[in-house]
Amino acid sequence: MRPPSYWPFVVPALVVVLAIIIFPWVFTIWMSLNEWKVGSPTTFVGFSNYLRLTSDPRFIEAIGHTLVYTVLSVVLPLVFGTFAAVVFHQKFAGRGFLRGIFIMPMMATPVAIALVWTMMFHPQLGVLNYLLSLVGIPAQLWVFHPATVIPSLVLVETWQWTPLVMLIVLGGLAAIPAEPYESAQIDGANLWQVFRFITLPLIMPFLFIAGMIRMIDAVKSFDIIFAITQGGPGSASETINIYLYSVAFTYYDLGYGSAIAVVFFLLIVLLAAVMLYARQRMVWTEIESGA
Amino acid sequence: MADHKISRRTLLTGTAAAGALSLTGLPARAEVNWKKYAGTKLEVILAKGPRGDNLQKYVKEFTELTGIQVESEQIPEQQQRQKCVIELTSGRPSFDVVHVSYHVQKRQFEKAGWLADLTPYMKDPTLTAPDLVESDFSAAGLQYAKNDKGQMLSLPWSVDYFILYYNKELFQKKGVAVPKTLDEMVAAAEKLTDPKEGTFGFVGRGLRNANMTLWTNFFLNYGGEFLDAKGNILTDGPEAIAATKLYQTLLTKVAPPGVAGFNWMESMASFTQGRSAMWIDGVGWAPPLEDPAASRVVGKVGYTVVPAGPKGQYSATYGDGVGIAAASKNKEAAYLLCQWIVSKQQGARLLQAGGGVPFRNSILNDAEVQSGVKMPKEWLQSVIDSGKISKLGLPVVIPVAEFRDIVGAALTATLSGADPATELKKANDQYRPILERSEKA
Repeated sequence: MRPPSYWPFVVPALVVVLAIIIFPWVFTIWMSLNEWKVGSPTTFVGFSNYLRLTSDPRFIEAIGHTLVYTVLSVVLPLVFGTFAAVVFHQKFAGRGFLRGIFIMPMMATPVAIALVWTMMFHPQLGVLNYLLSLVGIPAQLWVFHPATVIPSLVLVETWQWTPLVMLIVLGGLAAIPAEPYESAQIDGANLWQVFRFITLPLIMPFLFIAGMIRMIDAVKSFDIIFAITQGGPGSASETINIYLYSVAFTYYDLGYGSAIAVVFFLLIVLLAAVMLYARQRMVWTEIESGA
Repeated sequence: MADHKISRRTLLTGTAAAGALSLTGLPARAEVNWKKYAGTKLEVILAKGPRGDNLQKYVKEFTELTGIQVESEQIPEQQQRQKCVIELTSGRPSFDVVHVSYHVQKRQFEKAGWLADLTPYMKDPTLTAPDLVESDFSAAGLQYAKNDKGQMLSLPWSVDYFILYYNKELFQKKGVAVPKTLDEMVAAAEKLTDPKEGTFGFVGRGLRNANMTLWTNFFLNYGGEFLDAKGNILTDGPEAIAATKLYQTLLTKVAPPGVAGFNWMESMASFTQGRSAMWIDGVGWAPPLEDPAASRVVGKVGYTVVPAGPKGQYSATYGDGVGIAAASKNKEAAYLLCQWIVSKQQGARLLQAGGGVPFRNSILNDAEVQSGVKMPKEWLQSVIDSGKISKLGLPVVIPVAEFRDIVGAALTATLSGADPATELKKANDQYRPILERSEKA
């Protein structure tokens, strides 16, 4: 049979996909099956890199850190971003200007703001402890203590990415028709009820998109953590990504690093699948309850 | 025309070389033919910092002297190390001359055979000026530059000793004397700590990996050795435990809060703001401490050697050098550049600006060079004294980064109250297989 006539037009796309998506993946999987140290010969070792992962305490800890960091840096921006969107959706004087100010953190370079935050966190000289002292709260150790390092990093992440959630939710709010609000007003619903039973369900699809984007960004977050703590103190803020970087580019253990990358990828796929599944389920229940 | 202009400096370099030659009293030897490789183009990869600045600032003089064009690039240290390794592994590096960080890369570069052997060039009088001889480099420098076959694989460029910085004003206020031993240092730090005023006796690196460079000062002074004769790691023995206990005491009892996350930057910030009375770190920090725009302790800083421990007095030593990629096609021209980089004139400029300390004794001991040093005299004295008690600050193994990370994490853990002996034992158990794997490969 003759190949279909559109065939030649597919070739460029196929080549690009093969070269920049499929090939690196296959190659990463291949590297993960080898003992591959820069400067030494490589040997095929099968799944032993993966077996090593199961008994590597640093890797197991890193999974925990990644999950905590991700959950916090998805939930907090979603909550604050939604709140900010509801506020900025109202009409008031200077709204455009304030919105502009509010989205500024998002435009800054993460590494640059990370360095500024590092000095703001300094327990002796940082401005944060000074501000706390004004209201009588004792000095905190922020990123300089294992127990508070992840919440402090999430603070930076939240500060930077709340505006993104706000923008997405604002788009959602703009698309909501006015009628449901009018009928709610007639029925005497209070502000919270209006938000809970009208606004929230209607912006849910937008929140899911924002949540998904945040999740993918947070789970692979690197710049802020690396620039502020490099995974420290000790390894208290070492996420999978930071550990992966150390293994591959500081220890030059490419085989083991690739194994981490493969497992990390599976974890991201799993998280994304859970979110997609939750979204679909929710849409169904909505339709059912609506019917 | 520019071609015919002879600058004063070119003339001086030439006559200095010729003069030195005549002093040897030997029958006429061949002179260095600086112009032999004129027209060659060299690529240099540098770690960002005062050494790189010093090279780039004056490299035109080298081009005037030799006719060799030099393209150089400064990259932040961590990234520069990675880029070099990746390019050298590829077999076709984009650079001829490479800035090597000895304490991290020595073993790795030697084992992979990435650097050209400079020994034959050093013996060739048409390539090497008579004042550049092996014996002029300090012992630590030679230890770093030579492999176990005695080949020079690089030229030692700048050495980094760890010294004790102290705040004279705070010392005076509390009537404390400058400590001569580690025990005295703890006692002094206790007296100098005043949490109500927000001042502390001691500050230093607590952050994992970075903290190893501080800890080894204690380890060496408690008589520690990194490896036994068979190459096994020894950092869980009694010396290591004692050193860690001292480290734990200093960083938990008399150091500012949050020190477990401090690298040199946060430590320096605390010291320059007058919030910490003592700081042990590399000699290279004097310029920012004496810069009125960046420091509140200008003119109040004392400089001295690391206090003695019960088993001796050593200054943990690190350093960097310049080598030539084995794959380079312009090795002789590259060698001329390396030679110029570690030359007396360039070394003197580096020392005088406080940006580094040359490994060459003829530079360090030269009265004229010394008189041009812009940093306080005490600083220079601490450099010279440290040179006499210098000892390599990290084990010479391939997986240095893993060593620093793993043992460094154990040290950081002790700052939250973990037991030093248990943590060190755990770290060694974790590190030993990594070391064995890398040495076997």
